[in-house]
Amino acid sequence: MAGSSKPLLWLPFAAGGLVAALVTPVLILISGFLLPLGVFHLPYEKMATFAHNPVGKVILLGVVALPAWHAAHRMRTTAHDLGLGSGPLVKTACYGSATVLILVTTSVLLVL
Amino acid sequence: MSRRPYVRAGKRLWWLGHRRYVFYMVRELTSLFIGLYCALLTLGLVRLAQGKPQWESFLAAASSVPGVVFQLVCLAFAVYHSVTWFALTPKAMPLIVRGEPVPGNAIVGAHYAAWILVSLVVLVAAWI
Repeated sequence: MAGSSKPLLWLPFAAGGLVAALVTPVLILISGFLLPLGVFHLPYEKMATFAHNPVGKVILLGVVALPAWHAAHRMRTTAHDLGLGSGPLVKTACYGSATVLILVTTSVLLVL
Repeated sequence: MSRRPYVRAGKRLWWLGHRRYVFYMVRELTSLFIGLYCALLTLGLVRLAQGKPQWESFLAAASSVPGVVFQLVCLAFAVYHSVTWFALTPKAMPLIVRGEPVPGNAIVGAHYAAWILVSLVVLVAAWI
């Protein structure tokens, strides 16, 4: 298997699946349900402090980048199942959009 | 009439043919909504970096009717992802401890316990 890129794709895929399963639902519950209900407030000062903290940065990168990569990899195989092909267009759309998200998140966390 | 070429029917909709296939496709499509919500998180971080008014307008957009509808759809798919991911874990990564295979129920149960714990930690962290 020397030179195979599969483990490089698979490890973050599995990690992303786990992070998405454990963390993403509660994040959506907060931002999409408890925040609109007024139960949570997420004030700017608090969120900026969290994003400024190195541990906070790692957590934020983890909850965005890993599930995004997981989604990209899975959407690529799903596109094939849906008869949309598995050529460079599908690859670019899936991995490309995830890469953009990860790069934007990383650069924002570096300036915050 | 002249020629009537054979057209292969429903190639892209093969998964509608059986309940099992529909569940499979819904399970795989959860990743689309996970990805879309990641995009929303990225947008939130961009707005946070821009400053307080931008962050507050992001929160207002997230709390608007379209924002809430979008996120509730994402939430339904995200929960379905969690349930199916936990169910798959003992099949994808069987565990052997001291020569004995760990029962699948124990692995799935541990994941549900971790899910509850992580959710509580995030809720408390967002609350205080």
